[in-house]
Amino acid sequence: MMVMTSTLSVHGHNIKVTEVLKDGDTLTFLIVSQKLSGTGEHHVDRTYDDFEWLQQLLFSQEDEPGIQGVIFPSLPAKASANPSAKVMKQLGFLGLGEWQLYCKVLERYLRQVAAHSILSKNKAVEIFLTSSEPPGRQRARKNLFNRLSQAVEERRKEGYKDVDEFFQTERNHNLVLTCYAKTAAERFLDVVQSEQKIAVACAHFSASLHLCVEPGEDPDKQAFSKACVQLSEVFDSIKKNMTSVAENDMNTLGLGLDLESRCQEAEKEMLFRRTCKLVELEAARRNAEKAKPLKKAAMEEAKKTAEIEFNDICVVAKQEVHRFRAARVKMLQHTLVQWCEKQLLTAKESADQFNQQLQAFRGIAP
Amino acid sequence: MAASSDRIPPPFPDTEEPGVCDMADGDRDEGEDIFVICVYGSFAFFIVGGGARVTSVRKKELSTSSGPPPSSSVTQSPAAMQPSSSLQQLEEEEDEDIFDVDVAVTNPEKIGYVLCPCICFQTSLAMFRSKAFSVRRRYSDFLGLYEKLSVKQSLQGCIIPPPPEKSVVGMTKVKVGMDDPSSVEFVERRRAALERYLQRVVSHPSLLQDPDVRDFLERDELPRAVSTQALSGAGFLKMINKASDAVNKMTIKMNESDTWFEDKFQEVENEEQQLRKLQVVVDSLVSHRKELCGSTAVFAKSMAMLGNSEDNTALSRALSQLAEVEDKMEQLHQEQAASDFFIFAELLADYIRLLGAMRGCFDQRVRAWQRWQEAQSTLQKKREVEAKLLWANKPEKLQQAKDEITEWESRVTQYERDFDRIGMTVRKEVLRFEKEKAKDFKGQIVKYLDAMLQSQQRLVKFWEAFLPEAKAIA
Repeated sequence: MMVMTSTLSVHGHNIKVTEVLKDGDTLTFLIVSQKLSGTGEHHVDRTYDDFEWLQQLLFSQEDEPGIQGVIFPSLPAKASANPSAKVMKQLGFLGLGEWQLYCKVLERYLRQVAAHSILSKNKAVEIFLTSSEPPGRQRARKNLFNRLSQAVEERRKEGYKDVDEFFQTERNHNLVLTCYAKTAAERFLDVVQSEQKIAVACAHFSASLHLCVEPGEDPDKQAFSKACVQLSEVFDSIKKNMTSVAENDMNTLGLGLDLESRCQEAEKEMLFRRTCKLVELEAARRNAEKAKPLKKAAMEEAKKTAEIEFNDICVVAKQEVHRFRAARVKMLQHTLVQWCEKQLLTAKESADQFNQQLQAFRGIAP
Repeated sequence: MAASSDRIPPPFPDTEEPGVCDMADGDRDEGEDIFVICVYGSFAFFIVGGGARVTSVRKKELSTSSGPPPSSSVTQSPAAMQPSSSLQQLEEEEDEDIFDVDVAVTNPEKIGYVLCPCICFQTSLAMFRSKAFSVRRRYSDFLGLYEKLSVKQSLQGCIIPPPPEKSVVGMTKVKVGMDDPSSVEFVERRRAALERYLQRVVSHPSLLQDPDVRDFLERDELPRAVSTQALSGAGFLKMINKASDAVNKMTIKMNESDTWFEDKFQEVENEEQQLRKLQVVVDSLVSHRKELCGSTAVFAKSMAMLGNSEDNTALSRALSQLAEVEDKMEQLHQEQAASDFFIFAELLADYIRLLGAMRGCFDQRVRAWQRWQEAQSTLQKKREVEAKLLWANKPEKLQQAKDEITEWESRVTQYERDFDRIGMTVRKEVLRFEKEKAKDFKGQIVKYLDAMLQSQQRLVKFWEAFLPEAKAIA
């Protein structure tokens, strides 16, 4: 579709999704990018459909050799202002809170696209980031990247033996990691949600304790009331601590696991496309061998085309796999360090807080 | 979270409704029939001296893997699930203790096939025949003690601390030797509750003087207590409520000359309601913490699997470390849940029952007043009879009438004195209760804060250990 290629006129590494606005059921995202020329910024607003438009156009760069070997940056599931329970489950971490994580993920998507040597050249990216008008919202035609058709063929082709050990290993490995990463993300979400529930229960307890305060001059009554008030403050601190812990979990490891899970899926799709091409190639070879003299030339031609396409894909795929491996290790490292540092800070702050409260408590006359 | 205004206590978290306990009718002592079919025997509680401490130890042949780590001697307060048995700590805490009698319940032990809590305690009081000793008691003995005390003392207006409730399901599991976490927890909960019960009994100056209490603490063998069925959890409250109803149904309404009592009674009722509300909230907190334990453990496993499948060595190691950190956190969460439970949930449950007992005292006072009033009206009737006899000139019945009048006059005096005495005792008891309550709550809060602080400090250590692993990923 898009024959012309272009270079991006904006920086890719600092694209920001700064805000999300709700308009009825639709969410609109504000995207800010810095001009390469250094003379200012582009501010555009886009809906999820616009992102999907971009993704479809990226998929359909059929003229680009080996395009099917690209591990495409992953778009999250569509979110609306009032998502159904099913959508919320699909979104996992991204559905928590007020869409901050969702924005982060979209931001990351755009940065990955802009940084990709092949993808960034697609004119659609330039239009998406800089055009003040929303890009065309007509649905791009479905192509090989249509997931629905893949699902049907998957069972047959997924186990297809590879000709290249590098890729066979990668496919096996990817299969395992995709499954584990998804499970880990789901289970971590359970942990975070339990933490949030505890925070709520603590807030309740703190509020209820205030109701136990008894009026009166009696010193024992006053002592009891004072104890209740102080306990209420303690539980307020506990609530704050739990809330921070949950937020830290969400924003670092939660996000990281979600990304890892979706990235593994994206790699899986790429490997599958390659496998499909391999199947096609081997079929073409067999056809060429068995072809009757009349058809022989045509079959040979088809075989050659398939071979070239397959090789192109393999070249790109190998590069992509290496890039992918390095990127994910870096991402996970960054995630784990951030998570650990934030939780460490929260734990230290809480320890200080509890210590202060303990001293205050002990200091009151019994 | 609406407070229920009925008087049945909310169920223990983790166990069945108290009502279930009452299904056994007759005088069957708790679980005795069940013992016959039991092969493993069950647990005894061991009460050791050194402050109000209760530790629970499973007999070694019974314990396999699950449950809290066994402690073999007196340990810290039940809130800390990691018992550390340092004698120094004990001695320090003993010094702080203002009680002259230190009682603790520990070491559930199997003795034959019989459930036998053991009590050990130390005292400096001269009235006891020795300074430190231990005895074995069954749960039904505790109930028997309560029954004796409430019959005697509550008539005087004393607030008798109620013992922990019966639980057929819990005890059955324990007796059958089930090793699962919930039966372990049950044993621990029962042990802690018995200790608090005893501690309250011995810290009450009049109760400590009571010969039944002394017998309970000192004698090697106690006659078996029967008819303790009425004293199960729901049974206890039913008893209180029946008494209240009887009072309310009396035709002569009490003419309260002293508003102090009226005001206090209202306060007690309000407070009971407040505490019930709190209890509901705490129960939900405890259950969420347990949920967190479960989900942390499951998450740890999935991270371990991820770490094992990882190619990159440093990343693999970091992920495996992460899994270990999460395992440690699960342990922390467990302790936290126990802390929440033993420090607050049980405290609230105890006080709700104590307030019920207090209401009982107030009712006793009203009953005393009514008895006095009835006696007065009977006396009046007798006098009228005498007057009639005089007028009807029947000298042979006159003497009898005079005798009866004398008898009733003395009764009236007696009942009036009783009423005054109960009034004074109730006042004293209420003041004492409020003092104890303030102290109790404060003590528990300090314990809790301490536990929270410690767990946060351990958390800091976990994170500090993990950070270099995370940074080392390349």
